[in-house]
Amino acid sequence: MSHVANELLETDVEAYLKEHENKSMLRFITCGSVDDGKSTLIGRLLYDSHLVFEDHLAALEADSKKVGTQGGDLDFALLVDGLAAEREQGITIDVAYRFFSTEQRKFIVADTPGHEQYTRNMVTGASTADLAVILIDARKGVLTQTRRHSFLVSLLGIKHVVLAINKLDLVDYSQEVFDSIESDYREFAANLSFTDIVAIPMSALRGDNITSPSEATPWYTGPTLVGHLETVEIEDEIQHQPFRLPVQWVNRPDLDFRGFSGQIVGGTVRPGDRVRVVPAGRESTVARIVTFDRDLDEAVAGQSVTLTLADEIDVSRGDVLVAAESPCAVADQFEAHIVWMDEAEMLPGRPYLMKIGTRTIGATVAQPKYKVNVNTLEHTAAKTLELNEIGVCNINVDRPVPFDAYDDNREMGAFILVDRFSNATVAAGMLHFALRRADNVHWQAIEVDKLAHAALKGQKPCVVWFTGLSGSGKSTIANILERKLHQLGRHTYLLDGDNVRHGLNKDLGFTDADRVENIRRVAEVAGLMVDAGLIVLVSFISPFKAERRLARDRVEAHEFLEVYVETPLEVAEQRDVKGLYAKARRGELANFTGIDSPYEAPENPEIRVDTTTLDAEAAADAILEHLRNEGIIGQ
Amino acid sequence: MPHLTHLQRLEAESIQIFREAVSESERPVMLYSVGKDSSVMLHLAAKAFYPSKPPFPLLHVDTTWKFQAMYEMRDRMAAQVGMDLLVYQNPDCVEQGINPFDHGSAVHTDMWKTEGLKQALDQYGFDTAFGGARRDEEKSRAKERVFSVRSAQHRWDPKRQRPELWSLYNARRSPGESIRVFPLSNWTELDIWQYINLEQIEIVPLYYAAPRPVVERDGTLIMVDDERMRLDPGETPELRSVRFRTLGCYPLTGAIESEAADLHGIIQEMLLTTSSERQGRVIDHDSSGSMEKKKQEGYF
Repeated sequence: MSHVANELLETDVEAYLKEHENKSMLRFITCGSVDDGKSTLIGRLLYDSHLVFEDHLAALEADSKKVGTQGGDLDFALLVDGLAAEREQGITIDVAYRFFSTEQRKFIVADTPGHEQYTRNMVTGASTADLAVILIDARKGVLTQTRRHSFLVSLLGIKHVVLAINKLDLVDYSQEVFDSIESDYREFAANLSFTDIVAIPMSALRGDNITSPSEATPWYTGPTLVGHLETVEIEDEIQHQPFRLPVQWVNRPDLDFRGFSGQIVGGTVRPGDRVRVVPAGRESTVARIVTFDRDLDEAVAGQSVTLTLADEIDVSRGDVLVAAESPCAVADQFEAHIVWMDEAEMLPGRPYLMKIGTRTIGATVAQPKYKVNVNTLEHTAAKTLELNEIGVCNINVDRPVPFDAYDDNREMGAFILVDRFSNATVAAGMLHFALRRADNVHWQAIEVDKLAHAALKGQKPCVVWFTGLSGSGKSTIANILERKLHQLGRHTYLLDGDNVRHGLNKDLGFTDADRVENIRRVAEVAGLMVDAGLIVLVSFISPFKAERRLARDRVEAHEFLEVYVETPLEVAEQRDVKGLYAKARRGELANFTGIDSPYEAPENPEIRVDTTTLDAEAAADAILEHLRNEGIIGQ
Repeated sequence: MPHLTHLQRLEAESIQIFREAVSESERPVMLYSVGKDSSVMLHLAAKAFYPSKPPFPLLHVDTTWKFQAMYEMRDRMAAQVGMDLLVYQNPDCVEQGINPFDHGSAVHTDMWKTEGLKQALDQYGFDTAFGGARRDEEKSRAKERVFSVRSAQHRWDPKRQRPELWSLYNARRSPGESIRVFPLSNWTELDIWQYINLEQIEIVPLYYAAPRPVVERDGTLIMVDDERMRLDPGETPELRSVRFRTLGCYPLTGAIESEAADLHGIIQEMLLTTSSERQGRVIDHDSSGSMEKKKQEGYF
């Protein structure tokens, strides 16, 4: 790397290295669109920091001639454009991380595209950044996208902003233009939570005020971009927060050592400090701070360490060690900002996995209270969130979670949502506060319980859940089965579209979100009926694995039997008892399963019925036989 | 408040990544290539789990064409840290005697390394593999995730990569899928050297300049490491003071002329020179965007 021929480097490499070992680190994000010259700026930072190798430079010269946009001059944007596909498109998709280094600091730059549909990328890049460089084209001033970028940066908790008023060469380095853009921006940003905004006039292309003050802007006396980035104080606020250490790994090399490994995400810790294990609530004292190098007298936020405690108390991965005198909150219902990141929309009520700190738990998200228009910052009503939409929602989790508000501690209040089946990361979220509702609803103590109900009826209650395409024969088989059970003196109830959709669920349509809610309610009713001691037959298309899983989880493991009524689409369509397929094909019926809405077949149903080889009567007998073998209805 | 240096931050982040990956996988393994990045990675692994030993084995996907000095170092380091060392050689390559002279660098690398790695991961059923790749090495790597999902066929699909926010890594896998984890993602070459210097990490002596027998081919200095090296008619190895900036199969790895015989010398030379690290590797020069293609095919 052709660093500045540093005198110290040439004469005393040891002293040089000592100096560089004490550098600090700053992570920042650059926001702007292709047209604002963002890639050019980053290319320029790398180039001016002398971090571009000669072979890269040769490639750059060749590329600049071939595909450059600067008429044969060096096109710095080409230094940073990555994947082949996007090089051809001329836009950056996804987040790229760049590195450069000066005498004072190492920098990690999250380079994210500013294009509207890429909110996801920007939020990702901002999540690890301490500072944002927001680019503005001096010819255009504060645009919608400037507001959008600023809102997202603020939402992710970044406090330091550099307003890079770029392309000033194209407005004759006018101070008036610069001043007016700066004042527009400050007025707008007053509503956001930035603690410091530094506006810098520059031309990334010409190199004005990037590393050295430009002669073209004699009226500007502030820092250069690099000068500011090198010296800006990112107060280690996090070190002044109360101590927090999410336990990643229990370290047990032998029976004599039991340590708790993790990265400190808040405050400091010393041997002798009182700590509490949350959510369990037990307390102990820190005995040692163990590291490979030596035991430490003190460790601070950012360090990865292993703690041992004075008492033998139960601590596992997912627990958080916190300062006993200022513990974090524990709750199972929250309000949060959610940024939706998946192609498939959010389904309120669907069980997702939530990863927060080192803990992974089940979570369901309620219908959004509102979503935020990132361009106008207006709040609008919403039933769901789609890719790149941001909303405020209540979240329920299936186990108590230790957390701090995201505004106080990013690592303690941030979470991701993961789809249980695709395993994709579908959303990012920021917890704000716990809802008190959970504390106020207490379960009624039920004295006459499920066992008592069932004993009276001499049967084992359960749910027999029929799933399959419309017209597969679910309801026909379920009806026959119920008749047979009734004849055997069993107490049953059949839930199907006819008796549920017309009453309990008449407010629901057929969108994915409504289908999820439909099944959630049916699962809940089926669960209550099992508590009442009934054998509940449920006959619903129930096209999604996730909701069938939810229904299964509502009752005990042995109380749920999934019956997959397997009928090929062609056969079901041919039968078309209710004429619905014909309607759907004509386009008169939207969201019809199998036609324009997916059916996710069960992988391991307890019972599989192939209606092309088995008639309804025989199918019902086969299920009856299974119930007998499972001991649900005596021999 | 103590202020953390950039190396302390990088170290803490790498340790966090190691612990997270181990906690969320069933059969982790560390790919050990014996290069300087592997040495740093091994050192960080030891730190991450201390006083326990790193709870995973080392896997060396061998091509039989590495430098002798690398084999010596490999066996010694594994013994020193007390970790299991698995050495895998693609049996098809052994049988067919695949080598860089008869088959060319592309076939040689693809068969021994890319195919060998896939076979080894399948054979042992590893679901998580630590690799030493860094984002600063090559343009297409700048967007690589820390936790990178691979299909059952070990392919890297840009569309299946997950957004990574904060330090919340999603390590969940569907059956057959595996995860490559890169604890050194945010390190640069300079960081690596500074850390080696600071922590006194042992590296293969080939990184240090010494008189070595080399021949010059197409402007690249190739070391004659053993008797299998095929010399062109009239070609005689000459002793020159050279070192290596990157290590691979000896017939495919170019040396540079240098007098830098110690760490300080290397760092000084590196900071004052002007060609990037991967240039010494013959395999990257096949075509533009070639690293991206190799990644899609499963090369690390």
